[in-house]
Amino acid sequence: MQVELKGITKRFGPVVANRDVTLSVKGGEVLGLLGENGAGKSTLMNVLCGLYAQDEGEIIIDGDPVSFGGPGAAIAAGIGMVHQHFMLVPVFTVAENVVLGVEPTGRLDRLDLASARAKVTEIGEKYGLHVDPDEVIENLPVGVQQRVEIIKVLFRSADLVILDEPTAVLTPQEVEEFFGIVRSLRDAGKAIIFITHKLGEITEIADRISVLRAGEIVGEADPKTARLEDLAQMMVGRPVSFDVDKPPLEAGAPILAVQDLVVLREDDAVAVDRVSLTVRSGEIVGLAGVQGNGQTELIEALTGLRMPAAGTITYQGADITRATVRVRHRMGIAHIPEDRQRSGMIGAFTVAENMVLDTYYDDRFSRGPQIIWPKVHEQAAISATEFDVRTPSVFLRAGHLSGGNQQKLVVARELSRETKLVIAAQPTRGLDVGSVEYIHRRLVEARQEGDGVLIMSSELDEILALSDRILVMFKGRIVAEFDATAAAFDKSAIGLAMAGGAGAEVAA
Amino acid sequence: MTANPMTAVARVKTGHERRARYTGGVLVLLALFVVVVFGPGAYGDATFRLSRPGDAVVLGDLVVPAAPFIYVAASLLAFLGARQFLRGGVRWTSLSLGLGLALVVLAFLVWATAGNAFSLTGMLQATMVRAVPIALGGLAGVMCERAGVVNIAIEGMLLAGAFTGALVGSVIGGWGGLLSAVVIGGLFGFILAALVVTYRMDQIIAGVVINLFVLGLTSYVSSQVFSQYRGLNNAPVFRSWKVPLLGDIPVIGPMLFNQNLFVYGALALVALATYYLFHTRSGLRARAVGEHPRAADTLGINVYRIRYLHVTMGGMVAGFGGAWFTLGSVGRFDEDMTGGRGFIGLAAMIFGRWHPVGALGAALVFGFADSLQQKLALLGTGVPSEFLAMSPYIATIIVVAGLVGRARPPAADGKAYVKE
Repeated sequence: MQVELKGITKRFGPVVANRDVTLSVKGGEVLGLLGENGAGKSTLMNVLCGLYAQDEGEIIIDGDPVSFGGPGAAIAAGIGMVHQHFMLVPVFTVAENVVLGVEPTGRLDRLDLASARAKVTEIGEKYGLHVDPDEVIENLPVGVQQRVEIIKVLFRSADLVILDEPTAVLTPQEVEEFFGIVRSLRDAGKAIIFITHKLGEITEIADRISVLRAGEIVGEADPKTARLEDLAQMMVGRPVSFDVDKPPLEAGAPILAVQDLVVLREDDAVAVDRVSLTVRSGEIVGLAGVQGNGQTELIEALTGLRMPAAGTITYQGADITRATVRVRHRMGIAHIPEDRQRSGMIGAFTVAENMVLDTYYDDRFSRGPQIIWPKVHEQAAISATEFDVRTPSVFLRAGHLSGGNQQKLVVARELSRETKLVIAAQPTRGLDVGSVEYIHRRLVEARQEGDGVLIMSSELDEILALSDRILVMFKGRIVAEFDATAAAFDKSAIGLAMAGGAGAEVAA
Repeated sequence: MTANPMTAVARVKTGHERRARYTGGVLVLLALFVVVVFGPGAYGDATFRLSRPGDAVVLGDLVVPAAPFIYVAASLLAFLGARQFLRGGVRWTSLSLGLGLALVVLAFLVWATAGNAFSLTGMLQATMVRAVPIALGGLAGVMCERAGVVNIAIEGMLLAGAFTGALVGSVIGGWGGLLSAVVIGGLFGFILAALVVTYRMDQIIAGVVINLFVLGLTSYVSSQVFSQYRGLNNAPVFRSWKVPLLGDIPVIGPMLFNQNLFVYGALALVALATYYLFHTRSGLRARAVGEHPRAADTLGINVYRIRYLHVTMGGMVAGFGGAWFTLGSVGRFDEDMTGGRGFIGLAAMIFGRWHPVGALGAALVFGFADSLQQKLALLGTGVPSEFLAMSPYIATIIVVAGLVGRARPPAADGKAYVKE
């Protein structure tokens, strides 16, 4: 099978998401599509799998131009996509998810789940994708859910498999295993488009690389000969440094001490299981782990959003286990939340309003019950400049900013208080390289000023680049601790601990 | 990091455990309540009739000595409560609570009947009859919400069905009335779907709008038109039909097998909906749309069409349920005669965990409360009839307040799906 995209242009209103994109892929090869977040990779692939209709250009399969009225038509044409956010129904079983939309049926529209199960097992054996067809999706780890997504695509006999940022949720070991699956698909004659912004992965797995920047194809490269620096420059449009510039560690007294903390989820399951940790002044502690191993709940407990069930949190000698969020703010704890859209800011509020969400009650900004808007606007403009929030005015709704500027807005608000402890959860998720660099620099600056910094991220590379010390969480417990004073971190050991590997209890 | 041998988790009280303790306390209080309130007034025997004159199989009366029964019930309650309180067993919480409430209701029945006779068969039969509109309302809710649309308009759809059944039934006869009630219910379902699916109106507000519209329109017509032309509000009623042999089973025979079309229809629809939702291709797709519409969309399933279809089907079920009020009961339409049964149906849907059989079971509980108040009003218990009339609604509040386990709605329930 040979699939070509010719001159594809896709607009959303005035915004051009893809401009005149041309690329092709054929059976038995892996095309790496490299691009930053927001470069238009996902949009392009959504055009290819029939979710969006292109404004210009055509899709050609084996020489014949095709047009898809919807995802059903693209599936019928042999195009299958594994979305970055899995498209699985959490309460359905593996078999039900796999057959959804192309269900085998008997008389009276009756579902034939027995043959669905058999088919799942058959595909699993053929490509090494082992999954229990009767397991319910929400009980499966993300790595297995991804296998289900691939089985889903293969069940529809796709010849072109599109993988959108497939490694984002995997541990390093799982990534290796996943690459094995991709290779076995390629060797079975499937055409594969592998979308990522991770340079190391694309050179390892791709046979050819196309680079997408700001909606346009800016170049192609051969993964065997391409240098990472060149690829990065193509992707970002300017030279990029990979290293975070970080002076040596000068850790001071402990700022945050957590003792035997237990945090429960809404359903009373134990999310954080007797966790103890300390963060000292002037150090960055990285909290690594596959998503959903209790990191979110731990951060929520530390920042006052969720009451712990047991244990103590001590901050600068004071017990803050049950302190309110505002008390914690005023004591100098900054919190950059995991999801800026949901809990970092209010999209419908202006930039200025978002800047003072934490301090509006302060004497600087209000007199009695009345907010002094001129002061708010003045301060917001200063913060926006200082933290590089690129906005035409502080009166713009925050929801209209780009992701990078939204995140910088959150960082600006949190770091413009007097801080002693910065808790940052997924601080750069989904951001462009420029914003990532900027936010990393800011976090390191906080460390240099003597703040304790706790960073939670599911991007191991980010943790590795920033941290002085790394804690790995698995199933609610801290299963390993790594120290960077002596040498560089051992990435594979960390990966093993993230997967709950044995013997990871103590390392240093 | 060293593992701390002192397990903090063991000392952590989870919400479930707190709830188990709390339930124990409630049960003990209920035991006291039974002793103090029912105990002193219980003289003589309570007689429950298990069959009626003329039944094929005649069973003797069930005679219960009132005072002993009440004290036994109270001690059982106290035992359950104490056990729950001391052991805090999570697994038994819901079961104990269910048993406990049943004991309280039984004690109440015995107390109310003491020195009197009461037809248990008739009571069960009435329970079934009164459960019908609630079960159908709940089933309509299940159909809509499984596909991800909250249908607050069930009350209005029941009312529209009742009105149409009476009006058309008076003019062209019962079957025509029934059919048009179903069509009108489906029409309102379609309107709701158009408002919330195509125009993405807030689902609660759209439902309330329909309820108000139907209430206003039917009340106006019944007070202005029906009062003038009484012939337009005088529909034939579907009589009950006894299933041969099965209808003669003592106690439960009359309840299940000597009823009218609406009871059989509700039972059949519940069975059909269960098969449809959980064993067919279309049902799987509908549930996928209710749980994760985007996933369904990426697989080529038309989310909008499925939502239109299921909300319309839900409306038709509600229209059928509405016809019960007129064609299955009194043959005449009165203002607001559904009296909140549609909302109780929604409660039954939640209590029944969005499952047709569950909704039916819950509807029977509400139907029991409904028929209980009606029968007890006849016995003259000293409890003011206004308080008795509240019992179905009180049962609803207890259930909706989540006393009996938290159910999880379909994940995309109530959320408009925006195709990108």
